[in-house]
Amino acid sequence: MTTDLGSHVPALGESGGRGRFSGEPVLSIRDLSIAYRTLAGDVRAVDRVSLDLHAGEVVGLVGESGSGKSTLAYGATRLLRAPAVITGGSVRYQGARMDNPTDLLELSADQLMSLRWREIAIVFQSAMNALNPVLSIRDQLTDVIRAHLPVSRQEATDKAAELLDLVAIPRSRLRAYPHELSGGMRQRVMIAMALATDPEVVIMDEPTTALDVVVQREILGQILELRERLNFAILFITHDLSLLLELADRIAVMYAGQLMEIGTAAEIHHEPSHPYTKRLLRSFPSLRGPRRDLTGIPGTPPDLLDPPPGCPFLPRCTEGTDACKEIEVLLAKVRTSADPSHVTACPFVLPDDPAGGDGDRLPAGAGSVSSAVSPAVTPLPTPAGTTEVTS
Amino acid sequence: MTAALTILATDPTGLAAPARQLGRWRRLPLKAKAGVVLFGVFVLAAIFGPILEPYNPSYQNPNQALSIAPPSAAHLLGTTQAGEDVLSQVLTGIRLTLELGLAVGLIATFLSVLVGVSGAYLGGLWDDGLSLLSNVFLVIPALPLLIVLLGYLPRTGQTATILVLAGLGWPWGARVIRAQTLAIRGRDFVAASRETGESGWRIIAFEIVPNQVSLIAANFVNTVLYAIGASVALAFIGVTNTANWSLGTILYWAQSQQALSQGAWWWFVPPGLIVALMGLALVLLNTGIDELGNPRLRDANQRAKVNGRRLRPSDPTPVLHATPAPRPTAVTAFMRSFSRSAYLADRAASRDGATRVGAPKPSGGQR
Amino acid sequence: MPFIIRRVAFYVVAAWVALTVNFFLPRAMPGNAVESIMSKFPNLQASTYHALEAMLGVGHPGSLWSQYVSYLNDVVHLNFGISVSSYPASVSSLLIQTIPWTLILVGTATVIAFFLGTFLGIFAGWRNGGWLDRALPGLMFVQAIPYFFLALVLLWLLAVKVLHIFPIGQGYAGGTGLVPGWTWAFISSAIWHSVLPAFTIVITSVAGWMLQMRNVMITTIGEDYVLAGQAKGLSNRRVIFNYAARNAFLPQLQGFGMALGFVVSGAIVMEIVFSYPGIGLLLLSAVTSNDYPLTQAIFLVITFAVLLANLIVDLVIVAVDPRVRTREAA
Repeated sequence: MTTDLGSHVPALGESGGRGRFSGEPVLSIRDLSIAYRTLAGDVRAVDRVSLDLHAGEVVGLVGESGSGKSTLAYGATRLLRAPAVITGGSVRYQGARMDNPTDLLELSADQLMSLRWREIAIVFQSAMNALNPVLSIRDQLTDVIRAHLPVSRQEATDKAAELLDLVAIPRSRLRAYPHELSGGMRQRVMIAMALATDPEVVIMDEPTTALDVVVQREILGQILELRERLNFAILFITHDLSLLLELADRIAVMYAGQLMEIGTAAEIHHEPSHPYTKRLLRSFPSLRGPRRDLTGIPGTPPDLLDPPPGCPFLPRCTEGTDACKEIEVLLAKVRTSADPSHVTACPFVLPDDPAGGDGDRLPAGAGSVSSAVSPAVTPLPTPAGTTEVTS
Repeated sequence: MTAALTILATDPTGLAAPARQLGRWRRLPLKAKAGVVLFGVFVLAAIFGPILEPYNPSYQNPNQALSIAPPSAAHLLGTTQAGEDVLSQVLTGIRLTLELGLAVGLIATFLSVLVGVSGAYLGGLWDDGLSLLSNVFLVIPALPLLIVLLGYLPRTGQTATILVLAGLGWPWGARVIRAQTLAIRGRDFVAASRETGESGWRIIAFEIVPNQVSLIAANFVNTVLYAIGASVALAFIGVTNTANWSLGTILYWAQSQQALSQGAWWWFVPPGLIVALMGLALVLLNTGIDELGNPRLRDANQRAKVNGRRLRPSDPTPVLHATPAPRPTAVTAFMRSFSRSAYLADRAASRDGATRVGAPKPSGGQR
Repeated sequence: MPFIIRRVAFYVVAAWVALTVNFFLPRAMPGNAVESIMSKFPNLQASTYHALEAMLGVGHPGSLWSQYVSYLNDVVHLNFGISVSSYPASVSSLLIQTIPWTLILVGTATVIAFFLGTFLGIFAGWRNGGWLDRALPGLMFVQAIPYFFLALVLLWLLAVKVLHIFPIGQGYAGGTGLVPGWTWAFISSAIWHSVLPAFTIVITSVAGWMLQMRNVMITTIGEDYVLAGQAKGLSNRRVIFNYAARNAFLPQLQGFGMALGFVVSGAIVMEIVFSYPGIGLLLLSAVTSNDYPLTQAIFLVITFAVLLANLIVDLVIVAVDPRVRTREAA
């Protein structure tokens, strides 16, 4: 099945989305920290993460398993269950329908209930698990429509039929049950369901991971087309950086609960400014570029229960030094980047950046950066053997 | 703004210090511990029963005044219609019932494991046949069948009862174990190992069975429960040997001698109560084993509390902002000294600021 | 359809097994069963003797197979022989008198207990950690009490010793000259007499159903689609009932089917305590008087009833679970 996306939609394959968006962000996450309370202590799943999402923008959130990307998304909408607690920060949302910005973390349960889906919708990872097995597709689409909009049952059914049209599913499927649909169809139903009440933000949690590549392509094309038509913002969570390079406008790289780098897709692709991002880029083959050896990132993420001080990526970083143990993990501008919003958490691995001058960052006891990257400091040895980062 | 769903933290940083590693016994759910203790009481009573019995349970005191006599110093649980001492009967009953329950449990569990594992391992017609057999005996109501079986036996003493009960007690466990075995060994592997001639018994004994220990344990407990219940019911109807002083038999005699209308509560309440308590001990044990095996059930008990406040699934993720802890009054301080979580929180608060990543950062970073 | 057909076939097989066990048991037992019965009832006529022999297969000229066939034939025609203890009443007539009492009492009470327990279990599972959870040990204790013991205690408390509210037993006030029939006096008396027995059944089994539903709910609530329902901003009521409970109800129903045998057995024994004129009381007298034809017939009737109830539960499951329905069309 070919996907004719129309000439005005950037076809998949061209690097990067539309680049930077400006203006007031629709969703503004600031210093969000989320922890899981366990008997052994608090596991810091997300540690002071700040991220912006503008209207109509596609922001990709990439990281390996356990990096906290899903926790971030679900925590921001306060869908995490006990023992998760939000220990700090704010999540300000201001959609087009709202007069004032609201902090999601300060809303009551009822207020959240009316805001959920209508403003911020979620496409879950496994459609087979996220669709109610005993309700028909029609019921699952109409119940959310009727929960938020004052329409009659017939109107809701009509709207549900329109939604299926939107994702190219025959209307007869309204009467079907989830287990009667194919995997790709189920995922498209999930997308249609997410758009049922015309949200401003759609969080997509690895929506194509469970599908084969052909179907994956179709779905992604569909998503882009819908975004063109309805102009909603997307927070696209995945472990597959290669996807985001073509799909996203901006990409945020997450590791061990903290953001390592944020930039436009083009910048991330061609001028990555963090060792972790660089290693991620090298760990999948490129269809068009020259052949090169695949390298993974040996080692495992740190224990979030009692994280070591300094940069969390240090144990696995080939360019790390002792000075990295004492830095504070902050995002600072990459001066050499064409993108003014390009930030990175690594103070050292930048080509000609005399960091530390403007007071943006104060790595305690590090001295000048140039000494840190001089050959006088032995970098950590690279262990033999590789481990694939992306599953 | 609006009323917020915030929870005041007891420690100002919002983060608790790691607790000591809890010992294995302490980590067991409370229910399991209570079950073990309660069951232990009965085991002790069974072991020391013969020593503790004040009288021979079948001894019928000819003294008329001692017929259906309420509890007294001489007879702690009173006497029956025939002047027998109820306490002695009950002690004997505990021993016999427990013996029977455990024996049936062992035999039936062994049979379940045998049938379940071999059905799953052999596959094909064997599996279908054994499954059909299990299902048929599961769906046929047990008690009427037991009555018919025992009704025809010439002798219905303890051994016969044990054998008959065990003979009908294995299907449930066999089904469960078979399902689990199938899950552990994908069928392809089993067929493959058969092709390569790997010794089936070795696989079963050293790999399949050890993986299912908690399931087999739960199955054993369930079977003992069933055995006790069934044997008491059978004895109550009078199908098993009424000369045996099992707990059910005591109730049989109590019922047939109109203990109820004579108000002789000491005759029928103790045995029934003990049966119920035995059942409770086993159910507690079972729930404990269930929670050990099913993390969701266990987590549900642990997770539901955040900072001492229970949360429902519909509650949004709670937000704890760093607020200074309220100064405790003398009374609250005293009460808190008994609370373990408060102790931990206080310890964390006093240690705060020592070595932590991310002390409050200067205004910089991403805008 | 194939699912239902498979289930019906299974129940037919189970019924056949029950019948065959019934047939072979007396023939397999050591000793001469007939002699032992005859020694207890010296007044039996020769025809009864022959009937007993035929039933027990002693000294009968025909081959085992022909006996089997005639036995099956008898069962199909609901001819269960003559009762030994209530001679000359036929077993069938005795059964017909007692079955309705049991059916109404046990059937109604069990269904009430199931739905009440399931409903409570929904909330116990959702509000995990609430007061219902703290009552758990108490509920487990109640669940572990044998039906008939609770019956004894309740009877003693409410009828004999403490309060004289309820009648001591029996199906209706027999001593006052009341005759069974469709009169209000009779029916009201019957209802009054069935309150305590029904109460006993409900109390002991509600705890079990509630615990089971609670556990299933807890597992179901952890599923993604319940979280999706919450993410959709649906009301709590909708999420609890349409998303969580509707899915949790399916395993609960299956559990109900599997437990039916136990429930019926327990209720029957409980009837003995109340001298309730149902099958349970009949069973007691049959056992104590070694009335084999009656005992066997009761076993068959109970078994068939449970099989039928299981079939009904299967039908309900097909109606409620769309996944099963589709497997049929496929």
